[in-house]
Amino acid sequence: MSEVKEGLYYSESHEWIKVEGDCGYVGITDHAQQALGNIVYVDMPEEDDEVTQNEEFGAVESVKAASDLISPVSGKVTEINEALEDQPELINQDAFGNWIIKVELSDKGELDALMDAAAYEAYCNENL
Amino acid sequence: MNHPYIPHTEADIQRMLDRIGLKTIDELYADVPESVVFKKEYDLPPSLSETEIRRLFNELGAKNRRLTIFAGNGAYDHYAPSVIPYLIERSEFITAYTPYQPEVAQGTLRYIFEYQSLICELTGMECSNASMYDGPTAAAESMFMALAATKKKTRVLISETLLPQVRKVMHTYAKYRGVTLDTIPATDGTTDLAALQAELETDNVAAVLIPSVNRYGIIEDCTGIAEMVHARKGLLMMYADPSALAVIRTPGEWGADIVCGEAQSLGLPLHFGGPYLGFLACRKEWVRKLPGRVVGATTDTDGKRAFVLTLQAREQHIRREKANSNICSNQSLMALYVTIYLSLMGKQGLKEVNDLSYGGAHHLYDRLLETGLFEPVFSRPFLKEFVLKSKLPAENVHHALLDAGILGAIPTEEGYVSFCVTEQRTPEDIDRLLAVIKTLKP
Amino acid sequence: MKYYDKLIFEWSHEGRRGYSLPATPWSNTTDELPARLKRNTDTGLPEVSEPDVVRHYTNLSNMNFGVDTGFYPLGSCTMKYNPKINEEVAALPSFTSLHPLQPAETVQGALQLYYELNRALASLTGMAECTINPFAGAHGELTGLMVMRQYHMKRGDLKRTRIIVPDSAHGTNPASAAVCGLEVVEVKSTPQGTIDLNSLRPLLDDTIAGIMMTNPNTLGLFETEICEIASLVHECGGLLYYDGANMNPLLGVCRPGDMGFDIIHLNLHKTFSTPHGGGGPGAGAVGVAAHLTDYLPNPRVMRNEEGVFTVCDHEDAAGQISGFLGNFGVAMRAYAYIRSLGREYIRQVGPLAILGANYIKESLKDCYKLPIPGLCKHEFVFDGLINKETGVTTLDVAKRLLDYGYHSPTIYFPLLFHQSIMIEPTETESPETIDRFIEVMRLIADEATTEPELVKTAPHNTPIRRLDETTAAKHPVLRYAELSSEN
Repeated sequence: MSEVKEGLYYSESHEWIKVEGDCGYVGITDHAQQALGNIVYVDMPEEDDEVTQNEEFGAVESVKAASDLISPVSGKVTEINEALEDQPELINQDAFGNWIIKVELSDKGELDALMDAAAYEAYCNENL
Repeated sequence: MNHPYIPHTEADIQRMLDRIGLKTIDELYADVPESVVFKKEYDLPPSLSETEIRRLFNELGAKNRRLTIFAGNGAYDHYAPSVIPYLIERSEFITAYTPYQPEVAQGTLRYIFEYQSLICELTGMECSNASMYDGPTAAAESMFMALAATKKKTRVLISETLLPQVRKVMHTYAKYRGVTLDTIPATDGTTDLAALQAELETDNVAAVLIPSVNRYGIIEDCTGIAEMVHARKGLLMMYADPSALAVIRTPGEWGADIVCGEAQSLGLPLHFGGPYLGFLACRKEWVRKLPGRVVGATTDTDGKRAFVLTLQAREQHIRREKANSNICSNQSLMALYVTIYLSLMGKQGLKEVNDLSYGGAHHLYDRLLETGLFEPVFSRPFLKEFVLKSKLPAENVHHALLDAGILGAIPTEEGYVSFCVTEQRTPEDIDRLLAVIKTLKP
Repeated sequence: MKYYDKLIFEWSHEGRRGYSLPATPWSNTTDELPARLKRNTDTGLPEVSEPDVVRHYTNLSNMNFGVDTGFYPLGSCTMKYNPKINEEVAALPSFTSLHPLQPAETVQGALQLYYELNRALASLTGMAECTINPFAGAHGELTGLMVMRQYHMKRGDLKRTRIIVPDSAHGTNPASAAVCGLEVVEVKSTPQGTIDLNSLRPLLDDTIAGIMMTNPNTLGLFETEICEIASLVHECGGLLYYDGANMNPLLGVCRPGDMGFDIIHLNLHKTFSTPHGGGGPGAGAVGVAAHLTDYLPNPRVMRNEEGVFTVCDHEDAAGQISGFLGNFGVAMRAYAYIRSLGREYIRQVGPLAILGANYIKESLKDCYKLPIPGLCKHEFVFDGLINKETGVTTLDVAKRLLDYGYHSPTIYFPLLFHQSIMIEPTETESPETIDRFIEVMRLIADEATTEPELVKTAPHNTPIRRLDETTAAKHPVLRYAELSSEN
């Protein structure tokens, strides 16, 4: 059974975002990493790239699958998690502890379209 | 009577139908709508025996003329060691499928790994895929690769000094995908660097493709191009003849990011244009944008060294419409061919091939000028091919040679004539060509 | 098969050579080139003697499985026997010595062969004209889609930039469409795996360029509503594209042209017996209906009234997609195959391929889960073992087959089922071979119950065992220089 963490916002495409002030850390959920299996590569944007809510900003690859990363919010990428370049398996080890990008949110109102932990857990159970 | 490739006897068929619970073989396609069942005869001649097949092909072959080749333009008559056809025709290589079951395909996987290593050595790149179809399609794929690598840029520049078939195929691919593909003109037989600099000003250029040896046979001097392109955050791509890379400055040394080209020059038979071998290599930074199959080293559960298709998440069978390329089958057996070729030729052999070709080409160039029927067009270093201005119509020279069983003086887009000399051409061949030329009157 | 660990680089010794060239008669060498144009780094090529090279590659070949080694029931890949006469005639110097730029009058035999192969393929598929310039199936798809787009463009119908692809299609179909600048619209399959007409209808409008289909589809089932699909797509102004990966069962049964397809590609390395070569060279012939012949790619081979063959370009063509006339040597093999079978034996191909597939299906359906009962065509799909309790997966069954000397079927495709095993026997396999395969499949099903660990850890008798693919993808080592620097 996959883990869901309180205090984060969730998208239907299985990304989470942890908001701190005007910024948010974006990663993929435990459910998503389990579905993918051993992650071998994370394709990340560059710093200063713009991301848009519900649009692709990168991809996560396992040996025989690839999954696009869909941004839960719009804004500017202020940091990428460089540790994932050499150790993509960190996401398998702790999906919520290893964010992928840090985004400066351009519209905090967009967060309203996302789910909280309880809603996401229900969503995952529905779609099993 | 059974055909030798089809073993089923009437009794076999009946036994198999019984197991399925059917009476006649027609019942197997009872679900095919009556209106589309094919009841007529195919418009084909009747079956031929093996003797008749041999005769048919020999008769067709007799309608071809075997010429002494003094032509290049992307297809070269190089020497091939005798052992290669024996090895590549081994059943275990030629009748295998793509190595998706690595436990029973280490032969294929190992030679692809060797091939990738050899292509990297020749080009000065860090990664190569398992092969492409031919040079022109490899160039087209390199264009898509560069666009994916540079993300927001939408324009690609190619040199007018590339072979016409390379430019044509790239334009076809670009047209349907919606890529802006523009041509940098030539000046004095090489890419016009001032024009390139001006085009780069637009800042929208994903990549520039320059030939290392161009369609005039001239070795392009790429000094400063990589810096110029990189300053605008574009990529430098080079179209190379891998045989020549044994002696001329490599794309890696020029600072290129991606290298593509035609590897037919590594001893593959001319074979009327195919099968040939495209190749595509790049710096490690761009490996995840590389199209096609890639083999990597790993170990098995017992710790033995082993090889496997890897980075598959890039490919069409996983990425579907998001894949950067649709290539699946490539030219694997031809990759084995050049792997064996390069193993046999080694460092010294490939150098000698180039020296013999270079020596013969320069000898022919000088002798042709001495006839007084030709004028030089450019005065730049060339390798095994060159162009001249003919005082006679190019077509006339070309046809006079043909009548004597020689393919040479190929008319170019500009009306020059081009010649190529490889190590296969002897002094006697060249004398024979010159004798024909000397019969022509200005 | 025997494990052999060397790479050619590990045979290298300074001073050895495997070639033999004459001494140079010329006075000039490349040494006189200007220094800035010369290579400054070592080429890194091995130095090996001829016998060492021969032994090395022979040893490598001993770790490979091919059609000549054993039964290769790889679904969707049509691994039929590759006749040896094809190899012999394709190697005739009267063809292999031809330069692609030789004028037509000096290559009449080659052009005649190209032309006659195209006529034969046209007759076998019910199309008007073909090209064999594309190098492989995927290249044929791309070329065919270019023809489709060119047709719409030439008519000024520029908004047709979307293409319908069934959700069950192989990934190459949507990938080819995207490379051709088309937006992919997925149409759902029915639970039987055929196209759902009710899902198709609402998708058809004036932005649709066409539909890509295989028939039989990826489950080996005939699309019985093909005539309705064809008229619906044509009514909306779109074209029908036929992916010829599954053409083998149609030989002697029916023709894509008669079903309403406008554009097709054929894999000469599947249906027409040319060897797969470990992943090519193949050939992806493309055929079109009469109203599309002007859009076939350049260059084209034509026959004039005097029976003389010419090579020409057409101004309306979709463009040029290959350096010359494709994998000509592969076309030669396919032509030899078609002429050997001739019009009488080629009719047997489809029915006997279908017979073999149904025979295997019926013989194993009590051990392996058959998700869609009834007749199949040249191939069919099991959804793993019926007994799922032991945890033995399709991958395990596939690997265990290797121990018994069989190649694995196609696995985990199509994606409609979780444990897909796709089996295609082809018409060149004798009933005895098929019977032995059935026995082994049943034996593995038994082992899965009695000794599941044995199956889960298979293969045991192959030169190497299961691989660490995760490390290979995470830290790619793609050339010898990286491998040797690691050690």
